[in-house]
Amino acid sequence: MCLAVPAEVVELEDEIALVVLGGARQRVDLSLCDDVAVGDFVLVHAGYAIDKVDEYEARRTLELFEELARLEEPGEIP
Amino acid sequence: MKYLDEFRDPGTLRALVAKIAGLPGSVTLMEVCGTHTMAISKAGLRQVLSPGVELVSGPGCPVCVTAVADIDRAVALAHMPGVMLATFGDMMKVPGTSGSLAGAAARGAQVRVVYSPLEALVLARENPGLDVVLLGVGFETTAPAVAATVRKAYAEGLCNFYALSLHKLVPPALRALAGLPGFHVDGFILPGHVSVVIGGEAYRFLVDEFSIPCVITGFEAADVLQAIYRLKSMKKSGPALENEYSRAVRPEGNPRALSVMWEVFEPADAEWRGLGSIPGSGLALKERYRDLDAGSWEVSRPEPGGLGGCRCGDILCGRIRPVECPLFGVSCTPDSPVGPCMVSTEGTCAAYYLYEREEP
Repeated sequence: MCLAVPAEVVELEDEIALVVLGGARQRVDLSLCDDVAVGDFVLVHAGYAIDKVDEYEARRTLELFEELARLEEPGEIP
Repeated sequence: MKYLDEFRDPGTLRALVAKIAGLPGSVTLMEVCGTHTMAISKAGLRQVLSPGVELVSGPGCPVCVTAVADIDRAVALAHMPGVMLATFGDMMKVPGTSGSLAGAAARGAQVRVVYSPLEALVLARENPGLDVVLLGVGFETTAPAVAATVRKAYAEGLCNFYALSLHKLVPPALRALAGLPGFHVDGFILPGHVSVVIGGEAYRFLVDEFSIPCVITGFEAADVLQAIYRLKSMKKSGPALENEYSRAVRPEGNPRALSVMWEVFEPADAEWRGLGSIPGSGLALKERYRDLDAGSWEVSRPEPGGLGGCRCGDILCGRIRPVECPLFGVSCTPDSPVGPCMVSTEGTCAAYYLYEREEP
């Protein structure tokens, strides 16, 4: 029920964004989000964007996984 | 979405599982999010991580924790003449004392399934002769969307749009759970999308007051495994609050979503299935929006009854596992559910039934 899906914003019109979800274009309400730009990824839940997704942080999390996989001893992640 | 494949890479998952197994001792961890419940069951994490990690499910499914009396109110509203009830699909089959919303629809009540609360606004505009009631169910992920919709209806002056708020707040429920006599877990796997809205700091009290380790995480198997690794590590390093879902969750949450939510709603006591009444754990419409509040309507409801041996209440508090309920897989199945944990697509019983049931 709390599922939210990341989608890329391809067009903006006032408080409505057009996003691509599963190959289809869909209108998403931006009343709950600040400063959304074309090219941003937003989390879509129940027809609303509930926040932006941080691409830098997504990459950093993956680097953390990789680092974890390389560690010899458990309990040493920074 | 970029990087999604990396979050599902089998090599990463195997490495994480090995790292968790390499940590000494054993822990019991609770997830409090239906989407995590499904992710854990679907990926078979419970079996892979046993016996060093025991995973139990908590009150993480808003549909499941909705009290029987509140289902009865929704069903009674749906049966009122001139009313059209708009609901998220998950609520349709949840049984009340005298049937579900699906049953009400079959008997002629006007019930419409919506994906977005915005569709209820459209229904109200298109049906001026009917009173459209939006059934507001969900945690902090969903409540701002319903609040924004109520605000739009108010601003537009729509006089046939109403809301019944059965919304629930996660932190007060975790406080109640942590304070239950005999309750013990070694850590909470905290919900990513609730936290997008409320922020990581909203759980600080669990560490400070209850010394329970907490990790917020996302919904890919790698996210969940990473959270489990960090929580098990805290057995040695001591309880802390960590955010492994930093690509979406900030410490302060989403201030704009919170401000919309608190503009429309105020905290209210709410009844949770399994946990009983919890102070300040629900959301009621504020005075300004009272004219849109279907919760104040007089309805005749049956005396809330039990669901014939159903133990969803115990399952929602992590007291028992679904397989310990005598109805599980016998008289209670997804096709013919007795309790809400089997009805909801994110219910603990549905997850066990779909992915973890031993073949007879």
